[in-house]
Amino acid sequence: MLRYVALKVGRALFVVWAAFTVTFVLLFVLPANPVDLLFDPAEINAIPDEVKAQVAANYGFNKPVVLQYLDRFGHAVIGDFGNSVQSGKPVTRAILDVLPSTLVLASGALVLAVLIAFGIALVATATRRPWLRNLVEALPSGAVSVPVFLSGILVLQIFSFRLGWFPSFGDDGVRSLILPLITLAVPVAGPIAQLLVRSFGTELHSGYVTTSWAKGATRGSILVRDVFRNASLPALTIAGVTFGNLIAGSVITETVFARQGIGRMTQTAINTLDVPLVAGIVVLVAASFALINLVVDLICPVLDPRLRATLTTGGTA
Amino acid sequence: MTALATGWAGPARIRAHSRRLGDLIRQPVLVLSWIVVLIVIGWALFPSVFTDHSPFAGDTTASFVPPSAEHWFGTDRLGRDLFARSVYGARTTLTATLLAVLIAFGLGAVVGLSAGFAGGLVDTAIMRVVDVFLAIPSLLLAMVIVSVLGYSTNNIALAVGISSIASFARVMRAQVLTVVNQDYVRAAYGLGVGRLGVMVRHVVPNSLSSVIALAALEVGTGVLAVASLGFLGYGAPPPQPEWGLLVAEGRDYVAVHPWASILPGLALAVVVIATHRISTSLRKENR
Repeated sequence: MLRYVALKVGRALFVVWAAFTVTFVLLFVLPANPVDLLFDPAEINAIPDEVKAQVAANYGFNKPVVLQYLDRFGHAVIGDFGNSVQSGKPVTRAILDVLPSTLVLASGALVLAVLIAFGIALVATATRRPWLRNLVEALPSGAVSVPVFLSGILVLQIFSFRLGWFPSFGDDGVRSLILPLITLAVPVAGPIAQLLVRSFGTELHSGYVTTSWAKGATRGSILVRDVFRNASLPALTIAGVTFGNLIAGSVITETVFARQGIGRMTQTAINTLDVPLVAGIVVLVAASFALINLVVDLICPVLDPRLRATLTTGGTA
Repeated sequence: MTALATGWAGPARIRAHSRRLGDLIRQPVLVLSWIVVLIVIGWALFPSVFTDHSPFAGDTTASFVPPSAEHWFGTDRLGRDLFARSVYGARTTLTATLLAVLIAFGLGAVVGLSAGFAGGLVDTAIMRVVDVFLAIPSLLLAMVIVSVLGYSTNNIALAVGISSIASFARVMRAQVLTVVNQDYVRAAYGLGVGRLGVMVRHVVPNSLSSVIALAALEVGTGVLAVASLGFLGYGAPPPQPEWGLLVAEGRDYVAVHPWASILPGLALAVVVIATHRISTSLRKENR
């Protein structure tokens, strides 16, 4: 058991370290002249060479690559990713400033997405009308097919400009949160719903459900007591995919609704080539991904007695 | 015996074909999806057949004309026909998507094949690197790569392709691992075929099917990724028509002239839904 935990923790730490290294190579080593990236492309020719040399010295670009790497890595370990080029604020500070608003948006959207997904799976499994089942089962792939920027604009058009129920942008209060929440929840719900529809279907035809039928259980009680519990566990396995969808979705959603947050900051950082900020965001996202997968890996044996049994009998993970 | 065998295979195959045709007719959505995809491929190949308007020249006195028989999707701020821009945009977006899928498919298959076939330490090393690329959401990775390469549609294609290599590699490796343990592979070794021969003749052809199914799915996802990056402004410079950029251009006027961004966006969504429907049917046939 301890070996399993150590292995998973080690793997998570490796992913974070490697993500840092990949970002370092992409942003600081591959560009022919990383200093040029720090300036506005439109003004690059107007900047005298001495200034460039001074900036290069400031950022340590004149040192050997290995030293630069060790230096940045050493600082990154204690959470120091340098200063944002645009705002001059420390990268960690800049990220922490906008993190709460993205967390609120993403966690709200996740809750909504999970509710939608369970709703779809329950209706698809419970209904006896084929046309309704076909319609409901087609919803998830539709949800992942509509680009987030389009659904955002559609939602904005209908509920804000036509009906005037919600403000069109900004981030004050709950009312301005509703439309972004819906926009972000739709693409996130798609893959979860697809997985749930499939596992609800297989569980409904498994042996223990037949036993419950034989014992005289009703369709509703079988769905809730047997199928629901056993079919929900696989949804945890796509937690990583869900997280990726939330991040990608929030980049677009925050741009469409002009909300501040990690997604919008990523876009601005990329647009202005704010290299230290981009590096910090990528490492943060990779670390969150690794942490989520680690938690899932550690929780699954707790929830699933079968997995726990293979672990304690010394099966390899 | 052979004559008998082929004699039986013929009608069976014909029956299978006519059954498949019958299945197709009974699935109107699937037929519709194929029609949509074929039309859009037509847009990309011969845009001038589908529209008489120019995607670039506009009549500024006729800006923001609502959709009509003359302008199906209406016109934009500069009076350019938005249907023409969508038709010509298909070429930009689809070419980039195709390039991205080819890059992801090619490199992903090679990486997955080497990992699965070599096994041991090489496998572990490659798969840990793949894990890292899976840990960075592909849109974010693509944004970073585009920022390093510079803004252009080709670079978007390259970035989307590179950011999808990892998922292809994982599927290919899983498939190679099952194939390597099949009896016919052992038999080939037993017959004295070398490792390279076994790989080329047996492992690769038998592993590719599920990767091809993934590639079909990736076309839809790729269109979305390319258009999303275009929407964020990392693609072709503005006069160029590109689906994501079209939506972004219309977005500023969405309160007053909603069709300018919604109609090109809907066209894009319909295409992605159609490709997803087709890839689902391909995957079912594969099983």
